[in-house]
Amino acid sequence: MIDKGQLWVVIALLGLGSFGLRYVFPGLVGDRPLPPWILRHLRYTAVAVLPALIAPLVLWPPATGGSPDAARLGAALVATVVGLTTRSVVGTMLAGAAVLYLGLYLTG
Amino acid sequence: MQSTKSVYWQGVQAGAPFILIVAPFGTLFGVVASEAGMNLFEAVVMSALIVAGAAQFTAVQLMSEQAPTLIVLAAALTVNLRMAMYSASLTPHLGGAGGWMRVAVAYFTVDQSYACSVAAYEANPDWALPQKLAFFFGVATPVVPVWVGSTIFGVLMGARVPDNWALDFAIPITFIAIVAPILRTRAHRAAALTGIGASLLLAWMPYSSGVIVAGLIGMAVGAEVERRAMFAEGAR
Repeated sequence: MIDKGQLWVVIALLGLGSFGLRYVFPGLVGDRPLPPWILRHLRYTAVAVLPALIAPLVLWPPATGGSPDAARLGAALVATVVGLTTRSVVGTMLAGAAVLYLGLYLTG
Repeated sequence: MQSTKSVYWQGVQAGAPFILIVAPFGTLFGVVASEAGMNLFEAVVMSALIVAGAAQFTAVQLMSEQAPTLIVLAAALTVNLRMAMYSASLTPHLGGAGGWMRVAVAYFTVDQSYACSVAAYEANPDWALPQKLAFFFGVATPVVPVWVGSTIFGVLMGARVPDNWALDFAIPITFIAIVAPILRTRAHRAAALTGIGASLLLAWMPYSSGVIVAGLIGMAVGAEVERRAMFAEGAR
């Protein structure tokens, strides 16, 4: 369960921070161009951070007390392959969910 | 010169297909938020203020793990660093707008409004600032309200979702669905694989802080692979 005090601090500061990241160039920097090396790093934030965030959740899911689980591992692997080959966001989610539920059903 | 009204509707048309992606994500966010103990008001304020699915999922996941506030903010803002890149590439086109208009542009800068607008500006070099703004807000028109509206729907559904639905795994699958389709280049794949490897090796770090360090290492590796690829290209 999420602590309510923390939740409101996070909502307020994350709202402000997200706005700040969107406003920093048009609002403050103007239309001066950015050094290419900064843009180069910014390009890889999502593809580096999101996998880093979920990798431990896939391998050691809190729902099973941290022991690897065939249904979750299988769902993550199939979703990754479907995402890489079809490039379809919704298709990836559906494939992952289907394998997860099939796996949970089979392993009971 | 095309009228701003017709350009606005071109933007709406460009944004409309994304409803198919944004609505399920928003619904899922509402369900996950409600499972984590958030009420309707909290989830809706979060979606309306932050307007960034991946960062919101990140924050909810880490708060559920009882991570400290500083870690939650640092991780979610790192996920959102790409917004700074969006704003940087929109600025040459929209930076000439007035003060409050720039505030509105910043608020409505999301993955879809950025991607569609930059593509449209390249295809229509004759557009002046009013047309560019009209198209940008046109794309955002179907996207942002659907994000907030589907969050409401998700919270209302979340109250009825039974425990055996394994919703703990909704966030991992959602993030795979966001990232796998955009792993176009070797640099993207290197960034993702490094992020995964470093995160598993750094899982011992306290308060999930290894995730942030791993993400920064992955970013640097992605940028370096791109730089070397460009260098090799230039040498040819």
